[in-house]
Amino acid sequence: MSEAAIEAHGLRKAFGDVLALDGLSLAVPAGSVLGLLGPNGSGKTTTVSILATSLRPDAGRATVGGLDVVQDAAQVRRIIGLAGQFAAVDPNLTGRENLRLIGRLSRVGRAQARVRADELLDSFGLNAAAGRLVRGYSGGMRRRLDVAAALLHRPAVLFLDEPTTGLDPESRFALWDSVRDLARSGTTVLLTTQYLEEADALADQVVIISAGRVADTGTPAELKARFGSMVFHLDFGGQEAAAAAETALSRAGYRPQRDGGGIQVRSATGSGELTGVLRALDGRAPDPVSVAVREPTMDDVFLSLTRGGEAA
Amino acid sequence: MSTIAITPRPVAAGRVAAASSAVASALSDTADVAWRNLLTQLRTPQALVFATVQPVIFVLLFRYAFGGAIHVPGTNYVDFLMPGIFAQTVAFGAVGTAVGLSGDLRTGILVRFRTLPMSRIAVLGGRTVADLARNLLVVAVMTGVGFAAGFRSPHGAGGLLAALGLVVAFGYALSWGFASLGLRVSDPEAAQAAAVPLIFLLVFTSAAFVPATAMPGWLQAFGTHQPVDALVNAERALILGGQAAHDVLISLAWSGGMLVVFAFFAVRTYARMGR
Repeated sequence: MSEAAIEAHGLRKAFGDVLALDGLSLAVPAGSVLGLLGPNGSGKTTTVSILATSLRPDAGRATVGGLDVVQDAAQVRRIIGLAGQFAAVDPNLTGRENLRLIGRLSRVGRAQARVRADELLDSFGLNAAAGRLVRGYSGGMRRRLDVAAALLHRPAVLFLDEPTTGLDPESRFALWDSVRDLARSGTTVLLTTQYLEEADALADQVVIISAGRVADTGTPAELKARFGSMVFHLDFGGQEAAAAAETALSRAGYRPQRDGGGIQVRSATGSGELTGVLRALDGRAPDPVSVAVREPTMDDVFLSLTRGGEAA
Repeated sequence: MSTIAITPRPVAAGRVAAASSAVASALSDTADVAWRNLLTQLRTPQALVFATVQPVIFVLLFRYAFGGAIHVPGTNYVDFLMPGIFAQTVAFGAVGTAVGLSGDLRTGILVRFRTLPMSRIAVLGGRTVADLARNLLVVAVMTGVGFAAGFRSPHGAGGLLAALGLVVAFGYALSWGFASLGLRVSDPEAAQAAAVPLIFLLVFTSAAFVPATAMPGWLQAFGTHQPVDALVNAERALILGGQAAHDVLISLAWSGGMLVVFAFFAVRTYARMGR
């Protein structure tokens, strides 16, 4: 056994003419949280489906807990849990019935299924709704039940496919807390998301994918550091002034990005570089209305990669 | 970084135990899934009412609207009709298997089931068993309505029960045929639209409502060599009296053959999902 709980090498999968995965490789150390980040259609769900044994790769191989997801699918299913946009709970059963059913089908035994169902209903705040049909649940409640359903047999590896898409902030933060608790208790989590903030908040490692391939990988801090240590945002209050500033900064060797009446400049060296930026503008463009200095966000990293932009 | 996967292989002595525990698991999982499907059906009563009311309407319609114009020599039309309606009802009921699985495919429950360490046959077994239970209920209701409308089952209760046994056996076998369809179409309406014309073809070319001798020769050739016709003939022999053994065997052969072939394809379709 290697220390990686999940490993994928050169996964390829095509649906008709559409190439969903084009040689994707990743490794997730046991007990850590990996954030798989990418826009719609980048191959996140396909990756999770293959790792969770519901889809076969056309090429490449993957192991979960050292077990091959194709050859040893039956054993893999005993140690994984899947929740997310395409794994559902039954709307015509109550929350408790759903969990008991999935518990029994997860081979935890009839008595244990009852115990675990009640424990999970409790820890996901669904006690009051446990006897109600799921079709009357809110989106947040349904999603919490969905995650609970993946945990009945205490899986060593948990796949969460966009677990918070469409949730209100309160539900999202509650789910984040649950994921953190699981990670603390030693569960390996692979989480896909479109939200950089989510990857930043939860993931030990982030893999950014684009068009079925890995575009970049690292800890959230590494990715941001690679992108640049600071971002300057200068607001010129108007298109014309901003255009003039863009020209001036380009001539001075910076790489300004204009956004309406504002300009964004990435800095590799830190806030000291702001002096140089302002000097480059001096006399060639109107003074900025405001200047903000901030650390780069995951959004900056993500957009620069998926738009084919250059990392600093 | 690559890992060597070590697959535990059961030792020969443990194989029998492993196999019998696999069968026990398959049965227990099938029962759990069937229970879930039945609960789901009870909680969408409109579907259940529809499944029951439609055959009842057919009984009344054929008995009172058409019955007066159809004369079948040697028997009361309602006694001739009921075997046909039973066959028609379970044939259309089998479409429900496709619709149910198609719905599970659409909602994503099948994805969850396929990532659970449950028995692989339980999704199909649980669906068809639940549909079998629904058929039993519907057939019971229809029998009651039939009696109210003058059906007398002249050959006695034993013949009637044997006939109903053939009916549900046929319905169960046909369910497996539509299971394959349901697993391929993630839109329940589309699954239904694909299945219904086929049922019409089988039911209305059979002797379900009118004697086959009234059809042109080429149609008779098809109509008298298909499972619905075989079922209706066997039912009539059991209900109205006559030489039943031959017709019963033919119907059982159809149902048994259909079950084996359809189950093989359905299980294969399920196993190949995600390829």
